[in-house]
Amino acid sequence: MDHPLTPLLKKDFDFAAAQHLLNRAGFGGTPQQVRALVELGLDDALELIVEFDASDRKRTKKDEGDAPARDRGPLFVHGDFKPDVLREETPEERAELARAREAKDEETIARLQALRQQRERDDREQLALMQKTWLQRMIETPRPFEEKLTLFWHGHFATGYRTIENSWHMAIQNETLRRLGSGDFQTLARAIISDPAMLRYLDNNQNRRRSPNENLARELMELFTLGEGNGYTERDIKEGARALTGRTYRGNDYYFDRQQFDSAPKTILGRTGNLDGDGFVSTILERPECPRFIAWKFYRFFVNDAPTLSPEGKECIERLADEFRRNDGRIRPTLRTLFRSRHFYAPENRLAVVKSPTQLVVQTIRSLGTPPREMKSLVDAGDLMGQQLFQPPSVKGWDGGRSWINTATLFVRQNVVVYLVTGRRPKGFDWNESEMKYDSFPLVAHLRDGQGGLDAHETIRAVASFALGGSIASERIEQLERFLDGLDQTGRETAITNDRIKALLCLIGAMPEYQLC
Amino acid sequence: MYDAPFTRRLFLQRGCALASLAATVPCFIERSAFGMLGNPLLSSQPGVPDHRILVVVQLGGGNDGLNTVVPYGDPEYFKVRPNLALQAPGPSGNGVSLQLDQQRGLGLHPALAPLKSLYDEGFVSVVQGVGYPNPNRSHFTSMDIWHTGRLDAKGSGWIGRYFDATCNGTPIPEGSVAVGRTAPLAMEGNIQKPISFESPELFRWLGEDLHPALKDPYEAINRAGALAGTGGDTQKDFLMRTALDAQVASGRILAAVAKAPLVRYPETSLARQLRTIGAMIRAEMPTRVYYATIGGFDTHGGQNTRHAQLLRQVAEAIEPFQRDLKAQGNDARVVTMVFSEFGRRVKQNGANGTDHGTAAPVFVIGTGVKPGIVGTHPSLTDLDQGDLKYGIDFRSVYASLLGDWMKAPADQILRGNFPSAGVVRA
Repeated sequence: MDHPLTPLLKKDFDFAAAQHLLNRAGFGGTPQQVRALVELGLDDALELIVEFDASDRKRTKKDEGDAPARDRGPLFVHGDFKPDVLREETPEERAELARAREAKDEETIARLQALRQQRERDDREQLALMQKTWLQRMIETPRPFEEKLTLFWHGHFATGYRTIENSWHMAIQNETLRRLGSGDFQTLARAIISDPAMLRYLDNNQNRRRSPNENLARELMELFTLGEGNGYTERDIKEGARALTGRTYRGNDYYFDRQQFDSAPKTILGRTGNLDGDGFVSTILERPECPRFIAWKFYRFFVNDAPTLSPEGKECIERLADEFRRNDGRIRPTLRTLFRSRHFYAPENRLAVVKSPTQLVVQTIRSLGTPPREMKSLVDAGDLMGQQLFQPPSVKGWDGGRSWINTATLFVRQNVVVYLVTGRRPKGFDWNESEMKYDSFPLVAHLRDGQGGLDAHETIRAVASFALGGSIASERIEQLERFLDGLDQTGRETAITNDRIKALLCLIGAMPEYQLC
Repeated sequence: MYDAPFTRRLFLQRGCALASLAATVPCFIERSAFGMLGNPLLSSQPGVPDHRILVVVQLGGGNDGLNTVVPYGDPEYFKVRPNLALQAPGPSGNGVSLQLDQQRGLGLHPALAPLKSLYDEGFVSVVQGVGYPNPNRSHFTSMDIWHTGRLDAKGSGWIGRYFDATCNGTPIPEGSVAVGRTAPLAMEGNIQKPISFESPELFRWLGEDLHPALKDPYEAINRAGALAGTGGDTQKDFLMRTALDAQVASGRILAAVAKAPLVRYPETSLARQLRTIGAMIRAEMPTRVYYATIGGFDTHGGQNTRHAQLLRQVAEAIEPFQRDLKAQGNDARVVTMVFSEFGRRVKQNGANGTDHGTAAPVFVIGTGVKPGIVGTHPSLTDLDQGDLKYGIDFRSVYASLLGDWMKAPADQILRGNFPSAGVVRA
């Protein structure tokens, strides 16, 4: 019997299907890259995308020495990132400050305060550099699935710099999400309750034996594993908080403060014992609500984020939860099954996800082959569109789906495509010249006739259906043709030039359906 | 071009009775349709005055309350601020405060002269010593506390919750507008999301500047929502609707700001923001809450000059805004609140500046306010770790704006019962 996770027939893995896979499991690709996936066939394409580390080894065994690759794996080991950018005062400084306070030496106090403030400014600058560096990585990586998953978990285990004000803690968390994000969920969840950024963000550094703080325990169940109100009670939160007591950090490292740990027995979700943080996590993960909740999150991120779920969608989530359980919470094989399934490629799930701002930017660059232009401008645009990396709005992460779209963000979305294609900034009126020129011809290379000419109608159809990812309404074609006609009122000039393709792309990028992937 | 054929208004006028749409069309379409018909009395909720507007002006960085509303009657003020204190009112001059209330010994910073004239006309309520328990001296956290209206600084914004509580479960396009780079947390609801734009010239498609031939196809693409798909609820229908809303709103906003304002505004950032807001109010946008911001109040050093410049900018923006509203005949519809995330330390520091403090005054401005001074000035001697003790919880000011002015369920929105500070006329 067929069900939503039944594998797609191999013959149905055509260009549109391969493009869909690359969009969802990653950030899209050029026509050439999509065609290469079609030639590989569904299984090998999945192997290439999902088992990215194995694929890497196969491809690049010979050419790489021991130096870590800059475009995959750990991100913030490269360049000028400083783990101690926000260091505490040294004992000498502390002593000096105490003496100055004693002597009411305002000048020295002010000088030491200024140093501290300088470190805080440096920290904010480092965060800005991290934002650019991560975005650049997403644009360049040969392992798009690795970064897509990291972005998924960043929204799931959402932690905001604004609250913790420590860039290196954000960097550590980001590396953890990248390293463990395709592994097994239990390991990931345990790492999260040992993660300095998260411990600070949800106040667990103040969760002490005699004055428990419930914040982390609550969100661990409500947002990270079970879903709001799904099979736990306020009592479980209270007891869970006790299991998490003593989990804090010192400097950049996790620290277990045994003095603050409440070692008395607790009863959490019906299980009684001297549970600690890891025990609390395993107890939660044994609940059937957990795989179902994670499957639902996967579904909304990778398959469909419309406000209402179809009956097939619901069944898909149930089966995906079973699959997740069968895989002992391993993430990679679970998503591989999803990406192989008929339901994933069903017409109702094509163009059914609203691109996140990050997806919009990275996919435009990776699929149309535009120059990446200035990372700073793209980070700013992300902010204007409602997604600033390392700054999710709350512990709930980004709501996603339709919440990305309003009249203001829509203009920014349309304008960021104009910026990528033409170099015209979303703000201001200066152009980026020289090396930033965008050559759009590779998009239509395969359409050239014997003489190297391009048919206008065919070009429009091909560019639009590629950029929009599949079927395109006839009125859209007409609207684009009207533009070319408007240019060619003399009836003489019908050549497809680079500028004309760029203008077409600007119009396509302004189509409401361009916001979907 | 902005009156091009396919606005939703025309679509509605073309014979689709609203009653028949009501069953299938999400509520916000009806609301925006009403909004666009420009009749403020057509509220979908009986009894709710759709036409009242709240404007929030945020002073970022922590405005020094003691040099804004000056307690010149208290000798302690001159002791703790030997280099920063403003003089008691007298012959006008540098550093001489303006008389606010002789009996209470309160003055206003001289740079606030335009605000003082509004005060004298009875359009200003000065709420003293506004703060909250266990003050937080971090800019971010304290601002988040003001924005969320919660002491744990968590969750949605108080203005966002106002919309959530009053919009029947569907967001209102352009219901809340921040003139600025990004919208503040205060405006983030679970349902209602704010829109923001730095300047109206950016609230449009910039691609049309590339070539004149792009304009028509662009408009055809983005206005198609009026003809097709408006009633459906697929992702594409939703996007088509929003695209049309964006075109209509952009057209209206650009047309609104293209008109010369009825009064002259100075060329400062805050004045530009308020001029845009004034233009949008004049254009009968469906917006209920506007937000403007000015930063730089973090005056740790060399405070005197800087603080005077900032306050002058504030007063010289608010005064023409108020005149503009009056000239439009909209002054009775609009109330403006001016706040900062905290005041500053009572004692000046070693750098002729002030460090992060606690309670500070809030101004509420408009013809609808109950004019005068609310509350007592916090004591300069009965301090909490060198800082003022607050007298009025900021949520009481919110309660008055939400309950008395916007006629909304303040308790529900603020998740608690905060007595109204009574800053507007009931």
